[in-house]
Amino acid sequence: MNLNRRHFLIMLPAAAIAWKHVLAGTPAESPNYKMTDHWWAMLIDIPKCIGCGNCVRACAEENDVPEGHFRTWVERYHVTDYDMVHPEVISPDGGKEGFPVVAQEDAGKYFFVPKMCNHCADSPCTQVCPVGATFATPDGVVLVDQTYCLGCAYCVQACPYGCRYIHPEKRVADKCTLCYHRITKGLKTACVESCPTGARQLCDLKDPNDPIHAFLKTHHVQVLKPQMATGAKVFYNELDGSVR
Amino acid sequence: MRRFKDTGHLFRFAFLFVAAFAVFLVIRHFVVPKSFGEYGHYRGAAIAEIAAKPIHYAGHQTCETCHSDILDAKKTGKHVNVNCEACHGPLAKHADDPSITPPKLDTAVLCIRCHAASAAKPKTFPQIDAEQHAGGVSCETCHKPHNPALAAGDGK
Repeated sequence: MNLNRRHFLIMLPAAAIAWKHVLAGTPAESPNYKMTDHWWAMLIDIPKCIGCGNCVRACAEENDVPEGHFRTWVERYHVTDYDMVHPEVISPDGGKEGFPVVAQEDAGKYFFVPKMCNHCADSPCTQVCPVGATFATPDGVVLVDQTYCLGCAYCVQACPYGCRYIHPEKRVADKCTLCYHRITKGLKTACVESCPTGARQLCDLKDPNDPIHAFLKTHHVQVLKPQMATGAKVFYNELDGSVR
Repeated sequence: MRRFKDTGHLFRFAFLFVAAFAVFLVIRHFVVPKSFGEYGHYRGAAIAEIAAKPIHYAGHQTCETCHSDILDAKKTGKHVNVNCEACHGPLAKHADDPSITPPKLDTAVLCIRCHAASAAKPKTFPQIDAEQHAGGVSCETCHKPHNPALAAGDGK
């Protein structure tokens, strides 16, 4: 950004007002919600996903996600018998309007992989932030403090799952908040609420009665890129080996 | 004999150093937000700010408090686990103020969104080729969306 002295002086009062907002006190917290009682995660059941794009649309409406950017998106994999390691992956407009129809006689196997922030326990994105604008909350959700973010995009590069983007108008980092404004009020995330087949489940690992505990014991569940030791908390049931 | 000669400049330097440190502490006190470091190396108040954002999807429990008749209609059908707003869209505004009427839905778009036949979908999921299946007849002529089985057409 090229700033001359005149523009710098013009911007000073605006900056002062913005800073005052940053320093302002805490808004009313959700009553009865204790951060220390929760450890949030997400279960994605691959065999249940039909690629309708409901989650992508719901996320965009709930969180005012700018056009062309995605906090969650759906990919369709096509793995052929003769080349297992190079699947054909498509995600037209993030899967927002569904996927092109495949004729029955097409060869190979198809499946959908919904993707979103993995809310890693040891996240690379929070470690690289130079100002402490992105962080993992005590209940295990990775958030961005958009009044504090400089928009340097270091975290965007650091995320191994490509889950972050720079908001085109705010010029700060933006990403899935696991609908933090909903889960702290006892609601499900918008993607879970709108999923017609139950392919997405919000899980609380600190809740001993959450069905996720039994599910993890009895199913073949993986996280994405486990070799990176990010402590990812989005669990994929029956994830194909070709998914990157 | 004094052990060090001309120590004055050392004291002047030390004073400058202490003064600069004091100025740093004062500036830091005013510039760093109050809640910074409350939970970690970030502004603790940001958590509550993000949690305070308004919701758009009311959640099916909210819908069911008024529309219990629909809940009963869904109970025996295949769509029992499909939440209201999966088809009806975000309706928190309608839940807050029922005088705001939700937009009319088009089954021609909604049913096909999930049930259009594609080899990419799981085999167990019910799928149809709309042209072949109905030949232009509207879905709700035969299937009621809240309980889509053919025999279950009780008008809901």
